[in-house]
Amino acid sequence: MPEVLQAPLVVEFPFTRSLGPVQSAFLTGLRERVVLGVKTTDGRTLVPPVEYDPVTAEEIRDLVEVAPTGTVTAWAWNHEPRRGQPLGAPFAWVLVRLDGADTALLHALDAPGPDAVRTGMRVRVRWAGERTGAITDIACFEPYDGEPAQPGGHTGEFENPLTGIVAPARLDYTYSPGRAQSAYIHALGEQRTVGERCPSCRKVYVPPRGACPTCGVATAEQVEVGPRGTVTTYCIVNIKAKNLDIEVPYVYAHIALDGAGLALHARIGGIPYDQVRMGLRVEPVWTEGARYPDHYRPTGEPDADYDTYKELL
Amino acid sequence: MTREIAVVAFAQTDHRRSTEESSEVEMLMPVLHGVLAQSGLRTADIGFTCSGSSDYLAGRAFSFTLALDGVGAWPPISESHVEMDGAWALYEAWTKLLTGDADTALVYSYGKCSPGSVRDVLTRQLDPYYVAPLWPDSVALAALQAQALMDAGHTDEPALAAVGARSRADAEANPHAQLKGPVPHGDYVVRPLRTGDCPPVGDGAAAVILAAGERARRLCARPAWIRGIDHRIEAHGLGVRDLTDSPSTRLAAEKAGAFERPVDTAELHAPFTAQEVILRRALRLGDDVRVNPSGGALAANPVMAAGLIRIGEAAARIHRGESDRALAHATSGPCLQQNLVAVLEGDPR
Ligand SMILES: [Zn+2]
Repeated sequence: MPEVLQAPLVVEFPFTRSLGPVQSAFLTGLRERVVLGVKTTDGRTLVPPVEYDPVTAEEIRDLVEVAPTGTVTAWAWNHEPRRGQPLGAPFAWVLVRLDGADTALLHALDAPGPDAVRTGMRVRVRWAGERTGAITDIACFEPYDGEPAQPGGHTGEFENPLTGIVAPARLDYTYSPGRAQSAYIHALGEQRTVGERCPSCRKVYVPPRGACPTCGVATAEQVEVGPRGTVTTYCIVNIKAKNLDIEVPYVYAHIALDGAGLALHARIGGIPYDQVRMGLRVEPVWTEGARYPDHYRPTGEPDADYDTYKELL
Repeated sequence: MTREIAVVAFAQTDHRRSTEESSEVEMLMPVLHGVLAQSGLRTADIGFTCSGSSDYLAGRAFSFTLALDGVGAWPPISESHVEMDGAWALYEAWTKLLTGDADTALVYSYGKCSPGSVRDVLTRQLDPYYVAPLWPDSVALAALQAQALMDAGHTDEPALAAVGARSRADAEANPHAQLKGPVPHGDYVVRPLRTGDCPPVGDGAAAVILAAGERARRLCARPAWIRGIDHRIEAHGLGVRDLTDSPSTRLAAEKAGAFERPVDTAELHAPFTAQEVILRRALRLGDDVRVNPSGGALAANPVMAAGLIRIGEAAARIHRGESDRALAHATSGPCLQQNLVAVLEGDPR
């Protein structure tokens, strides 16, 4: 069995999220060094604030400022910080109930070691130098042994309130396509196209994924298909894709390689776009060092009879 | 209208740290064929198919559609998917069977944790405004919960070590388990949780077949009847919750009828040792209840399949005559956020 392929895969996306009135006030407040909570129907103050009462599900909007000082209600010592976490040096994860609040906020506590942290200890907010209106505007908490700070009575009305945030996310993977697709990609490297035949219905899948979706059984028998094939259907692309160096219009087609039980898709070249037709016989064109055909071009053979490919449309 | 519905077959993979040689569908197919062979059913006999998985684990969109290749979805089948643990897919299938729309259902789920870092991946299920930007990983949040439990006096580090040791010792009898036998309590991952308090990271899949009424009796010598099943969720703000308790588990258990009569077996989905302590208290399980004879999630935790495996393991004990009334629990989300409880019974002997 050829080696199963692997490659690094990074999934990265800047999630753009809109804010409701309560989240907007809270995050705008952090930008202005003000911590806001919201009053529930039964008179509790939730920090961080939410838009609906977790008990009654009623909409709540009654914002109230709380202190930037508070008490640790739970903690865990994180001796190996991971990417994206608030502090690069070892720190404690903490739930902090700010003075004036009835619920706790999750954040990081900068402390010299686990022996310096305990449930019930007093802490205060350390503000980030540059604040944009995000939970990370609180850089972290730090130990504090002074009096509780007095909140300023802010109502949550700000100039230039935030209406949305951008939360970038990145996850790193090592992608492996598995046995069947690895074999397909290996063969392409030798300018060959291989599929797999279903032991039950005998259909040849290209590219193979290791299973016949009709029969629900593993496919294992490798079959070389092509290199020539037949255009079963096509479309004319008139819009230039970003970062794609192909002149429009061009033709994108489904091609049934000889011996394959279903069509794969590729670009057709070497013929004016308005002369491509169903039944056109084509062959792959490889460019130097490429790992897959650049496009398919006409072979010059007579067109295939409709009956020979109608099952593959 | 009440229909009796039972788990009639269960199969799972051997769970391993990595199955990089297989695609998801390649990993899944043996368990699909396994449950079909046990029940004697063919794909065409299945009335409804429901699966659970998460694209975030493998880092590719709509991965469940590729996994469908293993089911034999032509001619077109009645099919559904939940982006959750397969236990919730089973809940959907159970509902479908209750309506009378189908007599049999295939439920499967799978998780390949090996392509990514599951600690980082699971941060993406957190509140995206207040929590996810801090990237608190799954172990960190479980550690906060464990410390809260210790501060409340409900457990201590030796007791947690004992939970891990018992789970891995029980797993020696489970040929599918990933981590079995003596495992050191180990160093802190996030204090107070040590490596021994945390689940192994691994890949795996599971499948069950449900059937209604007489159909179930014909397919299985001793069906595991689902007497009740319910799922509940906590408030999403971690700081709003009492992390030392699991009221949603208790409520789900009550609605599933778990407290009506004692159970002899409980398969609890507790990926972290401290969570078993919380669940035992929430479910009022006495010392006479056999908890996680399979080794539980501390012995194998293929994310998105580990909850369905709890139901499958509980059902399999009933099939084998080792249990008469079993409780199965599945969880999802940070610190036991969402909880599902099923009560399974065998016919009297
Ligand atoms: Zn087939």
